[in-house]
Amino acid sequence: MAVATKNAIKSKFSKATYLGWYENMYRIRKFEEATLKAYSLQKIRGFCHVYIGQEAISAGMESALQDGDKIVTAYRQHGIALGRGMDSNSCMAELFGKGTGCVGGKGGSMHFFSKEHNYFGGNGIVGAQIPIGTGIAMAESYRGTSNLCVTIFGDGAARQGALYESFNMAMTWKIPVLYIVENNQYAMGTSVERTSNVTDLFKIGSAFDMPSEAVDGMDPEAVHIAVEKAAKHIRSGKGPYFLEIKTYRYRGHSVSDPAKYRTKDELNKYKALDPIEIIKDKMIKGKIATIEEIEKIENTIIDEIAAAVKFADESDLPLASELYDNNYVQEDYPFITD
Amino acid sequence: MSRIITLREAIGEAMSEEMRRDDSVFLMGEEVAEYNGAYKVSKGMLHEFGPKRVIDTPIAELGFAGIGVGAAMNGLKPIVEFMTWNFAVLAFDQIINNAAKTLTQSNGEFGCPIVFRGPSGAAGQLAQQHSQTFEAWLANCPGLKVISCVDPYDTKGLMKSAIRDQDPICFMESEQLYGLKGEVPEEEYLVPIGKAVVRSEGTDVTLVSFNKMMEVTKAAAAELAKEGISAEVIDLRTIRPLDHETIVKSVKKTNRLVVIDESWPFAGVSAEIAYEIQKYAFDYLDAPVTRVNSADVSLGYAAPFVDEYLPNPAKVIKAVKEVMYARR
Repeated sequence: MAVATKNAIKSKFSKATYLGWYENMYRIRKFEEATLKAYSLQKIRGFCHVYIGQEAISAGMESALQDGDKIVTAYRQHGIALGRGMDSNSCMAELFGKGTGCVGGKGGSMHFFSKEHNYFGGNGIVGAQIPIGTGIAMAESYRGTSNLCVTIFGDGAARQGALYESFNMAMTWKIPVLYIVENNQYAMGTSVERTSNVTDLFKIGSAFDMPSEAVDGMDPEAVHIAVEKAAKHIRSGKGPYFLEIKTYRYRGHSVSDPAKYRTKDELNKYKALDPIEIIKDKMIKGKIATIEEIEKIENTIIDEIAAAVKFADESDLPLASELYDNNYVQEDYPFITD
Repeated sequence: MSRIITLREAIGEAMSEEMRRDDSVFLMGEEVAEYNGAYKVSKGMLHEFGPKRVIDTPIAELGFAGIGVGAAMNGLKPIVEFMTWNFAVLAFDQIINNAAKTLTQSNGEFGCPIVFRGPSGAAGQLAQQHSQTFEAWLANCPGLKVISCVDPYDTKGLMKSAIRDQDPICFMESEQLYGLKGEVPEEEYLVPIGKAVVRSEGTDVTLVSFNKMMEVTKAAAAELAKEGISAEVIDLRTIRPLDHETIVKSVKKTNRLVVIDESWPFAGVSAEIAYEIQKYAFDYLDAPVTRVNSADVSLGYAAPFVDEYLPNPAKVIKAVKEVMYARR
């Protein structure tokens, strides 16, 4: 199975698409840099996993999906949520644990949700979202829509039993689900090689006769092309598709992880493939956009993120009594309080 | 007009009626469709509703419970059958970490209106892994509602309420009592979640139970009546939220309480009730709250072990006489 590379692809994308990718990726990068800074200032607490290095996946995926498609992912999810169109203010406020956060301070870094954006959340249990995404997709086929559910998980989750059960049922029932493993090569501190003798994760799909391929996750073009092809297959009623998107996180597993299990050379090798720099370079050299146009996007986003941090910082904490809200739909649920 | 139906028919009728009423309701589980249900609860449903809405799954409890959760988050109303709740342990990640938490994690953006159902409790000589109850395990978790009942009238009405409810529900039935008969009306009815019922009124002692231990409790009450002891019998029906009020009201009248609970004793349903009663009826108690649980061990296969393990009328009568300070 070939890894689609950017060299192999003649550009079929418009200027607007390139600028859209750039804006999406740049927003995620700047949001996450602000996240790290706020964490160091203890404005953000708890577990916090940033998306830096993986931005091209969100960008290339979103440009290939249709309105109505659903997404569920794991806990490294700020970038996916922003890519869905959730606004920086409510996402940053959620990280700050404020009442203005996208889920009112209930979720924090691992659990953003938005019905409006068809975003079914960041899930904190490794691999648990794989059957959930399968079920979200099943509801689409049950109702006869043309929508699919992109179900995203990491390489660590590829070893969970939930994946094998879900793949099996999704293929048997031809469920419209696009499985994406973001293979950033480390399950916390354990490399893919140390978790299985099968290190090409896309090959797992072959046990279920599921169409599967590997994709260069440092290139939004390659991601878009792969997702577009997979989505077309899924929407034709043929059932699920599995993409192994090879990527790399520049930071540790979480903000408290110094990532001593990998070398600086390895990190630098991937930083040289930085999707934001490569797309920027391509737009300028290919005369797709001017430096001024690119800088305008950058400046807008720098202002947007600064405003989001200010908004989050100045927002009020939720009321303690809101802890009892939304545990049950039943409004008069009799909680035990003694 | 009324009819006599079995517990299994009561559950099947409830599911079928709700599926006729709401096309977002569907049933999935092992052997529910072509086999007509491992215990024939879903008999005839595949024929009526077709394979889109009555779905045989592979043996993959974690996977199909999770698919149910995802479908519920995306607007459907799944009924997920576990062949027994013992097998549902494989799915507890999805029940506890997702079904129970979706609403709060998403601050109301997404709910999880799902019914997980199947038989709970010992059912003869089935040994350690097939004989457990899970009411206490699941009722411990906020976000879930837990129903456990066997009376056909109640079960039908509660199952219909459960399917219509917007919160995730764990529904416990009884393998041994699927053939239990009871009267139901021809016309549609619902039974509210979270309400216990006084099965028979009495004055000397309150007996609280649920699920198949209700049969043990009713038998004990009948024996006690012959000895002139008047027991008030309460069927909890719902475990979470627990209807403390009905129990407290009864204990204020009888001043004595015995809880008959197939759960293991440690931190079980009986322990929760004992706490509530000491808190809200302390001055009315003429004896310590007493309980009859399953033994604090795993159940063994041989016949004497089953007798030793489970509550039975003799054990209940002994406990009642203790709280009555009566001669044996």
